[in-house]
Amino acid sequence: MRSDGLLVDVKGVDKVFKRGAERIRVLRGLDVEIPEGEFLALMGPSGSGKSTLLNLIGGLDRPSAGQVHVAGLRIDNLSNRKLASWRARHVGLVFQFYNLLPVLNAARNVELPLLLTGLKSKDRKRRVETALSLVGLSHRLKHYPRQLSGGEQQRVGIARAIVTDPTLLLCDEPTGDLDRKSGDEVLELLQTLNTEQGKTIVIVTHDPHAAARASRTLYLDQGRLNEEPVE
Amino acid sequence: MKYLRLISSNLKRKKLRTALTALSILVAFVLFGFLAAVRVAFSQGVAVAGVDRLVVRHKVSIIQFLPASYGDRMHRLEGVDLAVHATWFGGIYQKPSNFFAQMPVEPEPFLDMFPEYILDPEEKAAWLATRTGAIVGRVTAERFGWKIGDRIPIQATIWNKKDGTRAWEFDLVGIYDGAEKGTDLSGFFFRQDYFEEARAWGEGNVGWYYVRVKDPDQAAQVAQAIDAEFANSPAETKSEPEGAFVQGFANQVGNIARILTAILAAVFFTILLIAGNTMAQTVRERISELAVLKAVGFTDRAVLGLVLGESCLLTGIGGLLGLALAWVLITVKGDPTGGAFPVFYFPIPDLVIGIFLVVVLGVVAGILPSVQAQRLQIADALRR
Repeated sequence: MRSDGLLVDVKGVDKVFKRGAERIRVLRGLDVEIPEGEFLALMGPSGSGKSTLLNLIGGLDRPSAGQVHVAGLRIDNLSNRKLASWRARHVGLVFQFYNLLPVLNAARNVELPLLLTGLKSKDRKRRVETALSLVGLSHRLKHYPRQLSGGEQQRVGIARAIVTDPTLLLCDEPTGDLDRKSGDEVLELLQTLNTEQGKTIVIVTHDPHAAARASRTLYLDQGRLNEEPVE
Repeated sequence: MKYLRLISSNLKRKKLRTALTALSILVAFVLFGFLAAVRVAFSQGVAVAGVDRLVVRHKVSIIQFLPASYGDRMHRLEGVDLAVHATWFGGIYQKPSNFFAQMPVEPEPFLDMFPEYILDPEEKAAWLATRTGAIVGRVTAERFGWKIGDRIPIQATIWNKKDGTRAWEFDLVGIYDGAEKGTDLSGFFFRQDYFEEARAWGEGNVGWYYVRVKDPDQAAQVAQAIDAEFANSPAETKSEPEGAFVQGFANQVGNIARILTAILAAVFFTILLIAGNTMAQTVRERISELAVLKAVGFTDRAVLGLVLGESCLLTGIGGLLGLALAWVLITVKGDPTGGAFPVFYFPIPDLVIGIFLVVVLGVVAGILPSVQAQRLQIADALRR
């Protein structure tokens, strides 16, 4: 953590994808700073690079140019092994389609990131129960994803994201596959995690209603960030 | 160990596919066990052949006879401890498929030559006292339900009797066991004097000799001395170690080891394709799940290990169950031919090789899908 309270510092980031002979420049010299404890929403049209930016901040992908610093550590030049280890300790990820493993029950899904820690089975179990109770699913421990509603599956996904107590919570369209009521519940939960647990959250969304929950919203268009939506 | 649940859970994803793949691996390893037992059945004579024993036969062919007088001349040669003869009888008990070896021998020197045949002293005495007496190995006795005191009729195919008939009858006076696991317990031995008196032709001739040398290190020199003794005679000899003789006999069927290896290679190659295809499919279906594992912090190597572990678990279940089933079937049910093989068991070294093969199969079948999983780019895979 830097003394100025900045958790994420993205500097001059470019991201270029190659599709055959074509080169698609998704991000263009992009800068963004996210203070610790912020709830930031990223909005923009499809293909504007929201998820790409989220992936770069979470160390799931590497920029073509520029630097990404998280909690004072430059992560874009870490080796794959170090980056994986860093993600395990510092990043919680929530996906649009939950991405739970269908062969594992809720508790086992939440336990996945803890398998990478040195915690004993008993301690892992306790932390899984805590995480699931935080998302209101302590009664669904043994249920498999197919036995849960979409909203419940997403809450399991959030429990999996927070079970290691990460520095940063990154959510890619977390309500994109949910009805309004379930979506509201998930957003309420994220807001609680932000306000009560102090989690720094970055959420990618198309939904202004979801973005309204955030403390700040940035708009991506043509690979550049704006404070206001581009008409 | 904490990853075992994760690995095993993935195998439950498509239960039918996993079961069918494991079943095909199981069948392959049952076959492996049986072929190992068959190979041993053909080669065990070589393995248990006495290092101090030579076989002396006619130089031209085993079916050419040697004079019975050669025994005394061999005894006089330096380095020869004992020489006993035997002759192929080639009879049929009830029907041709009831094959087992029958040979006329001289009881006392024969049992002296083959201490691995364990015969009760009373039964030995009975054999010495009964001119039509015969002894048989435990395997053949159990195969036909013979017991001591039975009269065994055997129809000759080579040796007519002086009375013009081919029906020989023997009194079963003893059943021998083996001193070691691989001892051939299928043989049927009867007295040379009965054979000599009753046969219509070939008197004074025998099939071949077993020679025990005083010093196994001198076996080659003794063999040379025997062949030199009978050189330029009407019945020249060829002397060779018993192991080589038995191997030559087995090779008349073909190179059994090579045939069985070829069969197993074909079977395992097919199984490798089946298991490899299963693993490739299972990885293809789980690209986004593997990406999630990487996203939450599993390293590339850990993901490789998970997929490889899954492959090894799949082959392990099928392979080890197959080996266990082969062991049980071979041990409990025994020789599927009903006793045509002199020995039939699943040797421990082959079992160990089988376990090694299970692991190799798991690794080889899983290596390409594992590397594919290891190389997955998270962002790309999550977009699929």
